[in-house]
Amino acid sequence: MTVADVLLLALGAVAVGSGAAVVTSNHLVRSGLYLVISLGAVAGLYLVLGAELVAWVQILVYVGAVVVLLLFAVMLTRAPIGPSRDLDRPAWPALIVGGGVGLGLAALLADAFRWTLYDRPPPGTAERMGTQIFGQWVLPFEVLSILLLAALVGAIVLSRPDIGAREGEEA
Amino acid sequence: MHAVIPYVTGALLFGLGVYGVLRRRNAILVLMAVELMLNAVNLILVTADAAVRATLVGVQIESWAYPNGRPAHSGGVFALFVIVLAAAEVGVGLAIVLQYYRMRRAVHVDEVALHHDDEQVSR
Repeated sequence: MTVADVLLLALGAVAVGSGAAVVTSNHLVRSGLYLVISLGAVAGLYLVLGAELVAWVQILVYVGAVVVLLLFAVMLTRAPIGPSRDLDRPAWPALIVGGGVGLGLAALLADAFRWTLYDRPPPGTAERMGTQIFGQWVLPFEVLSILLLAALVGAIVLSRPDIGAREGEEA
Repeated sequence: MHAVIPYVTGALLFGLGVYGVLRRRNAILVLMAVELMLNAVNLILVTADAAVRATLVGVQIESWAYPNGRPAHSGGVFALFVIVLAAAEVGVGLAIVLQYYRMRRAVHVDEVALHHDDEQVSR
């Protein structure tokens, strides 16, 4: 057990624990805040694994944008502040499928990698990652920008009822 | 580092995400569970990148396989792409959820009518 192992175990426990709280909590807002903790712990795991840029992008985009967007949606749908009774469906199918997938994948990966010790790789700093993105991966990067534009236009069209209304139909 | 720790963490997070998607009725909570699943995949990509790169030190790779130089940090780059995809997904998904809420005053995914009903709903 090295220092990296201890950090990985602690951050992984935090990530899984708060992830479990996300899917079991009765409070909508608390779910969102537990999601922040889980995503932050995963960002810490990225840092330990040497992917610095991914960790900071995770903090910026996920914690900074996605979770804020989700909390905005919670507020816009007039969710109650207190606990809600009607958030869940029957647990059995979800428990069977989710538990099966999670434990099955965990057993598969644990059996595949055993307790092998790896060296820590050189960190993926912004300079190295940028060289890769704009060298090897420049075409997917450009395609991704088109996808972002399409998502932007799609979100605007969806949320404006006066665009795309059929003829004779009042918007 | 032992790569099995983040691998198992990722697998458990993915299982939690699947559980959440199937369990939750509220569409926003379903989206949160989807975010958990995407994060689990990202974690596994980054871990695989780190472990494979640490293993392949000194291995000679055929030069014709990589005409533009040896790739590095591919898992990290993929994780970045997945993060961008998740941002786009959550944007469009929340637009759909909010539009549905505007039409029906509810965000429960198991009450969405899959068939076309004749009487037009009031907007």
